[in-house]
Amino acid sequence: MANTVLATPEVPFESRGLDKKQTWWERLRKGDEVVHLITLAGGWSILVITGLLVQHLWVYSRLSRHAFGWHFLVDSTWDPVNGVFGAWPFVYGTVVTSLLALAISIPIGLGAAIFLAELAPRKLSNALTFLIELLAAVPSVIYGLIGIFLLIPVLFNVVPYFQKYFGWLPIFNGTFYGVSYFSASIVLSIMVVPFIISISREVLISVPVSQREAMMALGATKWDVTWRAVVPYARQGIMGSIFLSLARALGETMAVTMVIGNVAQVSTSLMAPGYTIAAVIANEFTEATGDLYLHALIELGLVLFVVTMIFNALARLLMLTMKGHEVVG
Amino acid sequence: MSASYPPLSRKIINVAMLALTGLCTLLVLAVLLTILGYLLWKGASSLNIAFFTKIPAPVGQSGGGVENAIVGTLKLLALASAIGVPIGLLGGIYLSEFAGGWSAFTIRYTTDLLNGVPSVVMGIFVYTLVVLPMHHFSTMAGGIALGIMMIPIALRSTEDFLRAVPRSLREGGLALGASKSETIFTIVIPAAIYGIITGIMLDIARVAGETAPLLFTAFGNLYDSPGWMQPTASLPVVIYNYAISPYDVWHQQAWAAGFVLLSGLLVISVVSRMVLARGKKLSHG
Repeated sequence: MANTVLATPEVPFESRGLDKKQTWWERLRKGDEVVHLITLAGGWSILVITGLLVQHLWVYSRLSRHAFGWHFLVDSTWDPVNGVFGAWPFVYGTVVTSLLALAISIPIGLGAAIFLAELAPRKLSNALTFLIELLAAVPSVIYGLIGIFLLIPVLFNVVPYFQKYFGWLPIFNGTFYGVSYFSASIVLSIMVVPFIISISREVLISVPVSQREAMMALGATKWDVTWRAVVPYARQGIMGSIFLSLARALGETMAVTMVIGNVAQVSTSLMAPGYTIAAVIANEFTEATGDLYLHALIELGLVLFVVTMIFNALARLLMLTMKGHEVVG
Repeated sequence: MSASYPPLSRKIINVAMLALTGLCTLLVLAVLLTILGYLLWKGASSLNIAFFTKIPAPVGQSGGGVENAIVGTLKLLALASAIGVPIGLLGGIYLSEFAGGWSAFTIRYTTDLLNGVPSVVMGIFVYTLVVLPMHHFSTMAGGIALGIMMIPIALRSTEDFLRAVPRSLREGGLALGASKSETIFTIVIPAAIYGIITGIMLDIARVAGETAPLLFTAFGNLYDSPGWMQPTASLPVVIYNYAISPYDVWHQQAWAAGFVLLSGLLVISVVSRMVLARGKKLSHG
């Protein structure tokens, strides 16, 4: 009935349906306010979830926070049997593997981004970028699989030669067991390099042509233009991509767990096995006996959360301040 | 100024550095092809019918498959989509059509931060939220973990595609006497639907490979998991457990599972991009 009234053109717009009792669906269709409120609930649920996340991490780590305070981060004894928990070996392993991964992936990623943005024809560049972004779609656990069965056997053949010439350096000495900080860093560097490439490429492409032409007019070579006029102009976005990759490397779990060896020790040698925060959570969480043990692991999660949030927030701020160009990370 | 400018030394640096950037690109592509090729070779050679139809065989026996993990992954993804997609869609519509000022900024920024939370931390969160009160691991908990992880990307990609709809379309709708909500549901969303679907499919592909959050929520299971309240096996967790095991038979299964998982993800990813391209063609004539 209501439908015939609605479909008749001569009924004035204001009085449509007002003489009939509207169904819930009709009110919903017309009621902008209702739609507004429902979608608002969807949007605000993000804030609720994030709030709950912080609250749960805080509450469920209280036993450990009260028992160890800030010493938790710098003590190196991790002894679940006697209830003594110090996270230094994990903090150390996380920092070392992430920094080494960045040291490998920044030059390579930036180089590839420069090639794709400045040198390659746009069609080729788009196709290659699509391929490289496929690397980012490969799940972490598959990188771990490749790490165990392809990378580590290869490293077993390469590392002894390497140690023959550089073994006198404290960071390269010691017996190589395959699983090590070094193996984890290589896997991590492969995992973050697509992010550095795709974001830096976008940022480089968005640098105004006038910036390039001005330097070219001064007689500079292509490389001079790129290195002195284009890259400095894009440095905020590039820094953003690096912070984003750092946050990702710090929180990366499965691939690292599978190749780092999972030994709670601190070694100067990169060839030694170690442990990271994310790896110890993944390995010990379901075996945690007793509340203090569980709370200590959740406090590790809290630490990881806070640190990755800081780097993510920095990355977003850097990218927000880049005017006129939206970069999706 | 000399006759030839720039000087030879800078020309050499120019060529050397540009060649180096090309080498960097080649290196990354070579790594990509090695990974895909090796997985294809090892995975395809380990595949057989039993892999898809049987549950795992006891240790030491050959044969068996991961039928329970494949079903488990599909169930987890269905539940995750049921949670993540509606919330993401609504939030995206809110950001694009209603929100403004500080509320839009806060939600957008928080969404991006939530997207950056390490997946293992998300696992801890859902463990304390669902598993502790229920006292056991379950498909439900795993689905909730993946669902929460889906929200940020579903929301942001929906918002982006809605905002790309031209303002003139909205004004056209309003000028014809449609209310704002009618305009949104009959004009704006249909105009952006291909993009929205693509975003959601890519989102599903992304969480399908997540392992860490499932370790303490869905856990694992050697058998089929009926209903939603029991622990369940899933492809990523099976890959992890088999890869770190000492048995060759299980390593083969891990390769096969990795191959199946990655092919699934790549097919979703490529098909959804084709859907997007087709949608663009349709809407442009």
